[in-house]
Amino acid sequence: MASLGIDVLFKGTNFIRLLQGLWVSVEISLISVALSIVLGLLIGVLMTVDNKPLKAILKIYLETVRIMPQMVLLFIVYFGTTRVFGWDMSAESSAIFVFTFWGTAEMGDLVRGSIKSIPKIQFESAFALGMDKIQTYFYIILPQTIRRLIPLSINLITRMIKTTSLVMMIGIVEVLKVGQQIIEANRKTSPNAAFGVFAVVFLLYFVVCWPISRLATYLEKRWA
Amino acid sequence: MKNNLVRKITAATLATGLLAASLTGCGSSASTSEVAGTEEETVEASSNAGYRTLDEIKESGTINIGVFSDKSPFGYVDENGEYAGYDVYFAERIGKDLGVEINYVSTEAANRIEYLQTGKVDIILANFTVTEERAQEVDFALPYMNVALGVVSPDSAVVESLDDLGADDQIIVISGTTAETYLTKNYPDIKLQKYDAYAEAKTAFENGNGVAWANDNTEVIAFSLENEGYTVGIPSLGDQDTIAPAVTKGNETLLSWLNEEIEALGTENFFHADYEATLLDTYGADYEDTLVLEGGK
Repeated sequence: MASLGIDVLFKGTNFIRLLQGLWVSVEISLISVALSIVLGLLIGVLMTVDNKPLKAILKIYLETVRIMPQMVLLFIVYFGTTRVFGWDMSAESSAIFVFTFWGTAEMGDLVRGSIKSIPKIQFESAFALGMDKIQTYFYIILPQTIRRLIPLSINLITRMIKTTSLVMMIGIVEVLKVGQQIIEANRKTSPNAAFGVFAVVFLLYFVVCWPISRLATYLEKRWA
Repeated sequence: MKNNLVRKITAATLATGLLAASLTGCGSSASTSEVAGTEEETVEASSNAGYRTLDEIKESGTINIGVFSDKSPFGYVDENGEYAGYDVYFAERIGKDLGVEINYVSTEAANRIEYLQTGKVDIILANFTVTEERAQEVDFALPYMNVALGVVSPDSAVVESLDDLGADDQIIVISGTTAETYLTKNYPDIKLQKYDAYAEAKTAFENGNGVAWANDNTEVIAFSLENEGYTVGIPSLGDQDTIAPAVTKGNETLLSWLNEEIEALGTENFFHADYEATLLDTYGADYEDTLVLEGGK
């Protein structure tokens, strides 16, 4: 055990700090994921609307998010807005903004794909039953879309949770940064601590992502 | 089909244009924020766009200081979650002498200048080496530490001067470091053995592949203390670089206060005490005078 350097985690308040760091990561990602799902559903439905200017705008939005590394987005939102407009956004709100901006675009595209994959006859049958557009979407299309979305969005959600490690670049001390701090502070006394600490950080990420993927499997079975 | 392609290309071009615009927007605005800072019509405006003056910091009761949180022994977080290290020891004193609370901001090497230029921290104390390029972006106060190159060699054949080297003697360096640049430029006749990573260079040196190893002096000093049988024959080589606190460009009041503070601390040998409290374990007593700069000179 000692050679793996896990013991450094039990010095002082190290382990509590690691858990606090984990909470920071989870908090940022859960808020962003929740916002992304809601906004993503809306954007996804808008993406299927047959309106050229709207389509062009959404296309630009999606491509911008795809092209830009999240790190660049974080720097633009946190430092860029202060320089250009003088807004002093806190690091946490900048992070939530960037992750929601990213999640909404990708979620929207997944929703668009799922809606497109629903056979045209479903729309036609609903209209034939006398439903209007909103009723059709609400009762017929979206329930089926959400079922198809689950496996796809789990990928996105877990990716968002893991990408929160980038927020250390705008000064937020999250789980990975605390891990690095612990390793460095003990560099002389336990040079092998890196292995043990990163193994524990890996486990913590696993503990967060595993229930999400279990929930998805459960929902997929229940709604199938 | 063709129409679709055209639309895609337009979309991509527009997106790239947007990206470029937002990036250049960031790059060129350094001067505008400075203007906004010097005008300082209201406290509100200057604290948002530029920097905070000495009086504004005192009034608010808190100073934001950017430090490293994972670069032991200069700036790190100890097992109780408290910031510690050579830079932090100095930061604590600044807070005490200003009579304000300190809010530590964890910085990375890559974002130190951004933090100052946006006024998100008041002072950077993160092992910040003074260079000409950086001095155009931020204002450095008087230095408080020396850095230079150092050369370590085995006890059995200590290299004390690079002029004593034989024609076939090779020196180990890590590619891309200042040691490589300096030796290539100033000693073109010395044969260099270049390695990409620290660990490779260390193994090669321990196996006796070269007569000596050149690197930052803090690195070679730490190496010689951690490994038996090696001596730093040349503790300080080439251009002396210094480490100094930095403030946002144009923040005269804070800069002059810092300079006076560093000069005043020199009279009580503050940085020697700092060294003894934080760096002694890593670098030993022999290098105290090589590394510490007292009173800014």
